[in-house]
Amino acid sequence: MLSLWMVLAAAGVLALSGLPACLLGSPSSTGQRAATLLMVIGSGLGLGGLVLSLGQAAPPALGLAWLLPWGQFAVTIDSISILFLGPVFVVPALGAIYGLGYWRSSEHPDNGRRLGLFYGLLAGSMVLVTIARDGVLFLIAWEVMALAAYFAATVEEDNAEVRRAGWVYLVATHAGTMCLLAMFALWRHATGSFALEPSAAALAIPAGVAGTIFVLALLGFGFKAGLMPLHVWLPGAHANAPSHVSAVMSGVMLKMGIYGIVRMTALLPVGAWWWGGVLLAAGAITGVAGLAFAIGQHDLKRLLAYSSIENIGIIAMGLGLALLGRSLDRADWVVLGMGAALLHVWNHSLFKSLLFFNAGAIIHAGHTRDMDQLGGLARQMPRTMMLFVVGAVAICALPPLNGFAGEWLLYVGLFRTLGPGPGPDLGAGAGLPVVAVAAVALAMTGALAVACFVKLLGAVFLGSPRSPLAQHAHDPPASMMAPMALLAAGCAGIGLFPMVASPLLEDAARTWAALPDSSATIASLAPLRWITALGLGLVVLIIALVLALKVLPRAKVVARTGTWDCGYAQPTTRMQYTGSSFGQTLVELFAFVLWPKRHWPAIRGLFSSSAHYKGVVPDTVLDRLVLPLFHVAGRYLPNLRVLQQGQTQMYVLYVLVIVIVLLIWGQMGGQP
Amino acid sequence: MTDRIVHMLVLLVLPPLLIGMINKTKAWFGGRDGPPLLQPYYDLFRLMRKGMVISTSTTWIFRAAPVVTLATVLLAGLLVPISRFHAPIAFTGDLILFAYLLGLARFFTTAAALDTGSPFEGMGAAREVTFACLTEPALFFALLVLAKASGSLTLTQMLHGPVGGFAAATAAPLVLVAIGLFIVILAETCRIPVDDPNTHLELTMIHEVMVLDHSGPLLGVILYASAIKLCILGTVLLHVVAPFTTGQVWLDVPLFVLELLGLTVVIGVVESVMARLQMRHVPYLLIAAMLFCGFGFLLLVR
Amino acid sequence: MINLLNAVLVLVLVLNLFALGTSRILAVIRTVAAQGVLLGVIPLLVHKHLTVPVAMASIAAILLKGMVIPAIMIRALRDAQIRREVEPLIGLLPSIILGALATAFALLVAGQLPLAKQHEGALLVPAAIATVLVGFILLTSRFKALSQVVGYLVLENGIFIFGMLLIEAMPLVVEMGVLLDLFVGVFVICIIVNHINRAFSSMDTRRLVSLKE
Repeated sequence: MLSLWMVLAAAGVLALSGLPACLLGSPSSTGQRAATLLMVIGSGLGLGGLVLSLGQAAPPALGLAWLLPWGQFAVTIDSISILFLGPVFVVPALGAIYGLGYWRSSEHPDNGRRLGLFYGLLAGSMVLVTIARDGVLFLIAWEVMALAAYFAATVEEDNAEVRRAGWVYLVATHAGTMCLLAMFALWRHATGSFALEPSAAALAIPAGVAGTIFVLALLGFGFKAGLMPLHVWLPGAHANAPSHVSAVMSGVMLKMGIYGIVRMTALLPVGAWWWGGVLLAAGAITGVAGLAFAIGQHDLKRLLAYSSIENIGIIAMGLGLALLGRSLDRADWVVLGMGAALLHVWNHSLFKSLLFFNAGAIIHAGHTRDMDQLGGLARQMPRTMMLFVVGAVAICALPPLNGFAGEWLLYVGLFRTLGPGPGPDLGAGAGLPVVAVAAVALAMTGALAVACFVKLLGAVFLGSPRSPLAQHAHDPPASMMAPMALLAAGCAGIGLFPMVASPLLEDAARTWAALPDSSATIASLAPLRWITALGLGLVVLIIALVLALKVLPRAKVVARTGTWDCGYAQPTTRMQYTGSSFGQTLVELFAFVLWPKRHWPAIRGLFSSSAHYKGVVPDTVLDRLVLPLFHVAGRYLPNLRVLQQGQTQMYVLYVLVIVIVLLIWGQMGGQP
Repeated sequence: MTDRIVHMLVLLVLPPLLIGMINKTKAWFGGRDGPPLLQPYYDLFRLMRKGMVISTSTTWIFRAAPVVTLATVLLAGLLVPISRFHAPIAFTGDLILFAYLLGLARFFTTAAALDTGSPFEGMGAAREVTFACLTEPALFFALLVLAKASGSLTLTQMLHGPVGGFAAATAAPLVLVAIGLFIVILAETCRIPVDDPNTHLELTMIHEVMVLDHSGPLLGVILYASAIKLCILGTVLLHVVAPFTTGQVWLDVPLFVLELLGLTVVIGVVESVMARLQMRHVPYLLIAAMLFCGFGFLLLVR
Repeated sequence: MINLLNAVLVLVLVLNLFALGTSRILAVIRTVAAQGVLLGVIPLLVHKHLTVPVAMASIAAILLKGMVIPAIMIRALRDAQIRREVEPLIGLLPSIILGALATAFALLVAGQLPLAKQHEGALLVPAAIATVLVGFILLTSRFKALSQVVGYLVLENGIFIFGMLLIEAMPLVVEMGVLLDLFVGVFVICIIVNHINRAFSSMDTRRLVSLKE
């Protein structure tokens, strides 16, 4: 019980952490330090509570009556909540420390306090979202989270682009909330209460209603998580928010959407196989298309945002596999799929926050987000670049870092859907080989991710500077470096020792699918200790080879010259491959989804005048589908304004009409 | 123990010979004597005794890349069984580690190419990552077929087949997979018709252009690593197309080495009789490889 | 035996895709020639006993499809001095994808067909359907008269594979007749190609439309 109170207290401290600074009146660094201190204290408290709750047999629960007409204040911490709470307590606190250097209140006197307030509120509300066990409480926390994120992300509201991104976010998040309202209404109708607890009533929901609830949950939570094509708000909002807010939004807030899907599917009865199929297909499409869009971007934070979408796709693939396993009674799929999804939730929150922090450092140094203006930062910011390489290798799911451990579990799970073969590794139950094709999609995302992050690394850090923007760049102060270093250490830690997480993952998977304790373990299906052994082996081998090269008698640098220019006498830095040129072949390969807008220069004759090429990859869904639709709506829907007469009598008349209609509907045999 | 020693010997010593064999075959087709069969070894020794010239625009990535590449291919080589022996390292799911180790090598090789800031090397790196996006799915379709046919997720068992060999029904899918894998090998080891390892026109190259600025021991490490990569990918293919054994352990290894040399002769013949494809046509070839492996999968599970 | 048969049929399918994806007419003709040789092997594999009619079918197929017809076509190609590019109506990549879809379709459909017991494991039917479909794709999507002949040949190859199912029931004479028809057809077309080329200096079927009156 103590653990639950600690987590609740943590939620309170986090939510109110920005308040002292607001009470101080004038903008000062004291307020920001106090807020950061409170964030750290709150997170420490919360993490302590999580550790305490680990050892307990039954998940600690609490139910308090409240004055609102429906529901009650019901909270519980089970193993699923613990897994999602971890990032909530880690990333925002690190972000607050990072903010000390990144968003100094002395440099941002107008919005520093506002940012602190909503940043804390965002973190606190996310704690409540993951532990709420009542539909009404959940929705309240959800809405606070959504709005706090809006206000935190749009602090630079005098910029038109930021305002536009904020609007898109607001519309999208409320479209999602509408689906959630409908879902909870249906839930209440089917089970008789708003309680989000497994119950006999919940298990007796008829298949049709359960399917509808599932689809509504997928839509509602899919908007938040950024499943394609519901991702429209994500790139703009992530790109235009301050970097540590982007880190929290991408690293933690998107996962709340995933949490919602996990929680609702845990409560619903075992569904038809299409539930898992839909989620798996959506995940595969999101994964591949997300990265295809990422490769087309110039803006480094937009690129990271699209890569977040891709990672959500991978998590969704894991969930889809687990759902399929639950429908078809394959415990091994459940354990591997769920384990992979939840481990990837953790992994993504670590490496994506690291990369967004890094992006913030780059923007500080280069004063631009446009990759094609940057370049050659490695010499001025060597430590930042080192940490960036760690994040990039991790997010490409390359061994020996954490991304690989998570995707490896998913691969093993997907391969096991092949069905029985002559050997023992594929399990004995019937298979569904169609699902295994998802492994191929995952392989494609792996290759695309390498392309995407090599592009980012190369365009920003390597080569020579492309513009004088970043000539005074240097490594950021310790307050920004330390959080990044911690996150990088986390990536390496989970990558080398993933088995530490496996008991928690197994526990969560069993809770989710109500499997017996004796069911398959991750270690028996996928020997994680080998990942440790080979990860360490790789590190040792690389060190050994480096030393071996050092011992070579004549392996010395005998000359340092310019890069080989292939005989061209006057190479300039502008001739380097930019990020755009690096991605161009891939953009063309994927042109059928990306629909890039290109402006080709027309070069005619000898000595033609100067020409320039311009290529943009807009968001296909937002710019070609949603916005045109909204424009059409904006043209025709104003006709409804005739209803808005501005006369009180008319409004009373409307009320009267509606009351009469409701009365008639009740008489006709509608719901009492 | 002997099998591990033999494995290490084959893995460490044989690869440059394969390159020499390809060059010899091409020379023979061109009516030349060609360089001696052991020339790649001489080249490696020569490079190891040289100093390095390094571009002023490079960072540690540039020097780390060859080392990381060598380490990853060596480790990947330990996962692939040679001849009838079990691989030194074999565990459930090692096939994915195999593919991703090669991915790690690609990450660092392409990053090192961008590190020099040379437009040509950037071009090579861009092509490398683009084509990898098509070879990777083909490779995974092939792995799916092998996993289903053998019922195993361990490369050793997948490539050796279950006890008593693959089931009869897998013959047709395996033919398709073998064709797909052959194309993947040509692409991954940068041979004609995807890439020309001998050309000196930077605009048309992929792998060679990425390592233009490496010199001395670093270049030696790169050449050695790419030879090892050819060796292990060739081994994978050989297990699919020529799973012959004599039953005698001391005969199996020489037979296997002969098979590998035979494969390199085939690659040399392909290089001699074909022209390099236009760059914009390369994706067609790779998509075809993906389709072949995909059809293999479809045939097997339909 | 059935494995070897399936392996050969799979190679036939692969050659189909190569025929769709190659940009040189000469290469396409060679691909189809290789396919013809493979087809010649099939009768030997379908049958357990080597009988005279089977051997004749095999030899005739290899000779005609693998050597004589390609030789005639290559000669016509050389004489007519046609540009060597294929000039497809739809791009090479879309035609490969179409062919792939057709093959996948054939594989899936053939699984549903009720077949005689001895043919169940074999890929004869899907390979036949796929080859016929690819033949149609080649016929409809290529402009050059010679590449249309190639499409016709691929189409006939598909029918030949179908014939293998019936080789016991169907008199050999029928198959021989088809082969002869084919031979004569190709022969005539190649001669005509030569003459048209001399008369109109174009081999594009789009322009031959003007001859309709």
